[in-house]
Amino acid sequence: MTLEQWLPVFALMISLAASLVIFALPETGYVRRTSVNLGAAVLKLVVVIVMVWGVFHGVNYGVSFTMLPGVTFVLRADALSMMFAGLSAVLWLLTTIYAVGYLEDSPNRRRFFGFFSLCVASTMGIALAGNLFTFFLFYEMLTLSTYPLVVHRGTEKALRAGRTYLIYTLTGGAVLLFAIAWLHSLAGDLSFRDGGHFVDADPDIHRSLILIFILLVAGLGVKAALFPLHGWLPQAMVAPAPVSALLHAVAVVKAGAFGIVRVVYDVYGVEASSALGLLAPLSWLAAFTILYASTRALWQVDLKRRLAFSTISQVSYIILGIALAGPLAAVGGLVHLLHQGIMKITLFFCAGNYAETLGIHRIDEMDGAGQRMPGTSVAFTIGAFGMIGAPPLAGFITKWVMGSGALAVNMDWVILVLVGSSLLNAAYFLPIVHRLWFREVKGAWPEERHWGRLETSPWLFWPPLLTAVVTVVIGVLASLPFSPLSWAELIVLREYAP
Amino acid sequence: MTPSLLYAMAGAVLCGIGLFGLLRLSHLLRKLLAFNIMGSGVFLIMVGLPQHHVGPDPVPQALVLTGIVVAIAATALAVVLIRRYYHQSGMASLEGEADSREGGPL
Amino acid sequence: MTLWLMAGLLFTPLAWAVLTLLTDFVWGRRVTWVGILVQVFVSLGLWLTVAQNGGFYYDLGGWGAPLGIELRVDGLAVTFVLLTAAVASACGLHAGVYIDRHKSWHRYFWPLFWFLWSGLNAVWLGGDLFNLYVGLELISLSAVGLVALGGNANALRASIRYLLAALLGSLAYLLGVALIYGQFGTLSIAGVVLWLDSHSASAGPGLALALMVTGLALKTALFPLHRWLPPAHGIAKSPVSALLSALVVKASFYIAARLWLAFGESLGNQAAAQAVGFMGSAAVIWGSWLACKQVQLKQVVAYSSVAQIGYLFLLFPLTYSVSDSISLQAQQGITLQVISHALAKAAMFLAAGNLILSVGSSRVDALAGVSRFLPFSLFSFGLAGVSLMSLPPSGGFAAKWLLLQASLGSGQWWWALVLLAGGLLSAAYLFRIYRASFAEIPETDQFFHPSKSLEVIPMVLALMALGLGFVSEQVLSVMALPFAEEGAP
Repeated sequence: MTLEQWLPVFALMISLAASLVIFALPETGYVRRTSVNLGAAVLKLVVVIVMVWGVFHGVNYGVSFTMLPGVTFVLRADALSMMFAGLSAVLWLLTTIYAVGYLEDSPNRRRFFGFFSLCVASTMGIALAGNLFTFFLFYEMLTLSTYPLVVHRGTEKALRAGRTYLIYTLTGGAVLLFAIAWLHSLAGDLSFRDGGHFVDADPDIHRSLILIFILLVAGLGVKAALFPLHGWLPQAMVAPAPVSALLHAVAVVKAGAFGIVRVVYDVYGVEASSALGLLAPLSWLAAFTILYASTRALWQVDLKRRLAFSTISQVSYIILGIALAGPLAAVGGLVHLLHQGIMKITLFFCAGNYAETLGIHRIDEMDGAGQRMPGTSVAFTIGAFGMIGAPPLAGFITKWVMGSGALAVNMDWVILVLVGSSLLNAAYFLPIVHRLWFREVKGAWPEERHWGRLETSPWLFWPPLLTAVVTVVIGVLASLPFSPLSWAELIVLREYAP
Repeated sequence: MTPSLLYAMAGAVLCGIGLFGLLRLSHLLRKLLAFNIMGSGVFLIMVGLPQHHVGPDPVPQALVLTGIVVAIAATALAVVLIRRYYHQSGMASLEGEADSREGGPL
Repeated sequence: MTLWLMAGLLFTPLAWAVLTLLTDFVWGRRVTWVGILVQVFVSLGLWLTVAQNGGFYYDLGGWGAPLGIELRVDGLAVTFVLLTAAVASACGLHAGVYIDRHKSWHRYFWPLFWFLWSGLNAVWLGGDLFNLYVGLELISLSAVGLVALGGNANALRASIRYLLAALLGSLAYLLGVALIYGQFGTLSIAGVVLWLDSHSASAGPGLALALMVTGLALKTALFPLHRWLPPAHGIAKSPVSALLSALVVKASFYIAARLWLAFGESLGNQAAAQAVGFMGSAAVIWGSWLACKQVQLKQVVAYSSVAQIGYLFLLFPLTYSVSDSISLQAQQGITLQVISHALAKAAMFLAAGNLILSVGSSRVDALAGVSRFLPFSLFSFGLAGVSLMSLPPSGGFAAKWLLLQASLGSGQWWWALVLLAGGLLSAAYLFRIYRASFAEIPETDQFFHPSKSLEVIPMVLALMALGLGFVSEQVLSVMALPFAEEGAP
């Protein structure tokens, strides 16, 4: 066993260790805590970059040991896991920077950052898990470590949201566990494998396989906020902005979507899933979720709630992409895992900035905020246009690739869904952009704070701008190697030609 | 039917009586006496039932001796607890308090 | 060597008990520190012996059954001996600081503690039915004494109720023993099994098994015979509650499980197995439901014990007329459940004691704001909760996984549903407590800080429960070691 194989464990341990150190530090150890946080985030980014490079060149990273009779604990890195791990590593760094600024002077920061790191460690584990059992381990750990973040403010509303969150996710977890245990007793310990395990499954177990698939998707769909299991997400908006960013862009919803990708690709296999007739209904469900949530978003007056419904809709793009069972559409879906993450985190950072700097929470309070906070508003505008799918931004790449993919497998109705969704996106984002730039300020801001020359605290100012720039760059330079698009193509290539 | 089986039958009857008392009586001392009756019933069965040897079997006798010691210890502990309980609360039964409304020894 | 280990395990606790009976609280504590050290070393030594050479029968002092004491030293037994050493040491160390030494009657804690420990070791190692009875009575009487240590009327009422239930259970068990001896003329479990293998079964011993299991179920507080447990465990001092929930109820279950695994296949039947499983499931659901309704923190934890005990009784249906591999899975799952519940519940009671000490009230809603002032004990409580909710990577999860596999593999999928529902319900009552502690209410700045040693002990136990999931394979492999049958009668 070489040192190289242990890299996934290091990646996981860095965040875990950061979490433990933060819990051990006193509440007042502000500087030490911040340096531990940022140091760990940078170190992890380096490890992940090394692994991305290695995976591209075909190196096998991974460790495994027997945890229970018949069950192994597997951590390993393949192309798909590096996509999620990379997203998590990049955004953890940015979100940490942002959170340090956002929570300045607020109580319980030790608790917050401790669980925050734990949450990122779980995300890393989910990305690097090598079989469903290991995946489930970290999936539940994620649930537990996000709960304290959701209820962080300790208000009645936050506690209620936390309860809803738990009811949904723990029930989902129980369903998922049942499905995994059933699959295990049916087929044994299945490690993730390109092409899946059930290409030529015994016809006798087809019915069980179909049922298990439904249960798996139901369990994972809770976190992925698939209709009708999305109810927790808009409520969880009471959490502080960095948490919402984390929930939406990196950790929770992505964990669900990522799990569904794993099940379809590496457990069942695309071929087997579509032969069992499972993918078509999944694609209808995803398409419906896209349209339904976008429509609901139109009526939301609270900025973060509108963004929440937008998330529900956007995450289903990923599921739609893989459910279409064509390579090109799959590339579109997978690349959205990254694109949506970057764009959505920009929007949430901006929403947090408006709330922290000007006290703005509702959309009708945003009139003229572009003049007071031009930097944040530019970032917001880029994020919003990206979501709508305006070229040459990241969102456009997704929709273009997915549309061509749908045509390639003769699913023309998907084009209608994409167009409809883009129109709806425009309908709920453009009015905000209009208010930002073209309306006069109504009077005093609800709760204004000042930070010298910059429009807001530098910790809050730079992260959204940076992610906005990334949104532009990954759209324009989509065809370069190591861009999200090329990486998604690599994953799909390995899946379809294992 | 041998005499020792008769003992066993009597033991079974005593057991039944003791069980009834333990469950239905509310005064704690009566419960304790009922426990002792039930215990005696069990010991009778223990001595009376084995029919493997010609003549008395020494093993159950030894066991019953041990059992009696255990029963005495339990009875002594129970008496101490009941007495202290009576001094503290002025009651000789478990009923009548808010948190014991479910009743019974179980 | 083995002689010394055995003597150390069974008789030195009695010596400590007598010694501490003569001293005051502080000297009792010092004696106990020495005693704990000895016990831990001896337990480890025996565990290592078995892990290297496999299990064996041991006749204490050269006297075998029926009159002597025959000990069955196998992997399962030494695992539980070690578990007892871990949990009881933690409780003993915690109690030394936690219990108020200025009340004169508190000095009796130490002798009772040591009698309890020796009774537990006797039960884990006991190989014949009557000595198990004696061990069981030793445990029950000292446990009742420990509950009564609270001293007030409520504690006494709870302890009397506990005593009556325990005595009734013992008598039912003893009656079963009498019937077994009447039928087979032996008290050794192995002897009865030998007899059963060579003869066809009859109805009489079935009744005996039913009586013994019923009596033990009463002592284990299986639904619907559970009502004595919550008052006793809820009102006792925290270290005592921890001992009771973690170890005492497990002792009677352990005997019931040994009996079922030895005799169940020939004396039991499908209906009985399913009925016991059904009662276990009812305990899971009903106990959790009642735990959600409690206003006192320790009552929540006590009702949680009722629920968690319910899982244990799934052993009966999952090992009856199933293939050997599934039966093994179920046994491994139950063993892990016993271990993880013991560690987690002890951690939880000790942490709950610290929380109560700190806010000065035993109510759940008094915990508001505690997450800011006492994060360490709350964290221990939370980690223990992870294991009780059987979420990964805890030992509770490993247990649940194995039980799920056993129930799906044997086609009894309904137990799988019970396992999942139980997990969700336990989340419901535990998160109620976390939620209360996260609430931010102004004017909650009066907190008493317990000493560090009080806070560290539950954390260690909780971490052990949590880490158990990762070492389950190793823990279980000791149990699968070969057993030298030549000592058998």
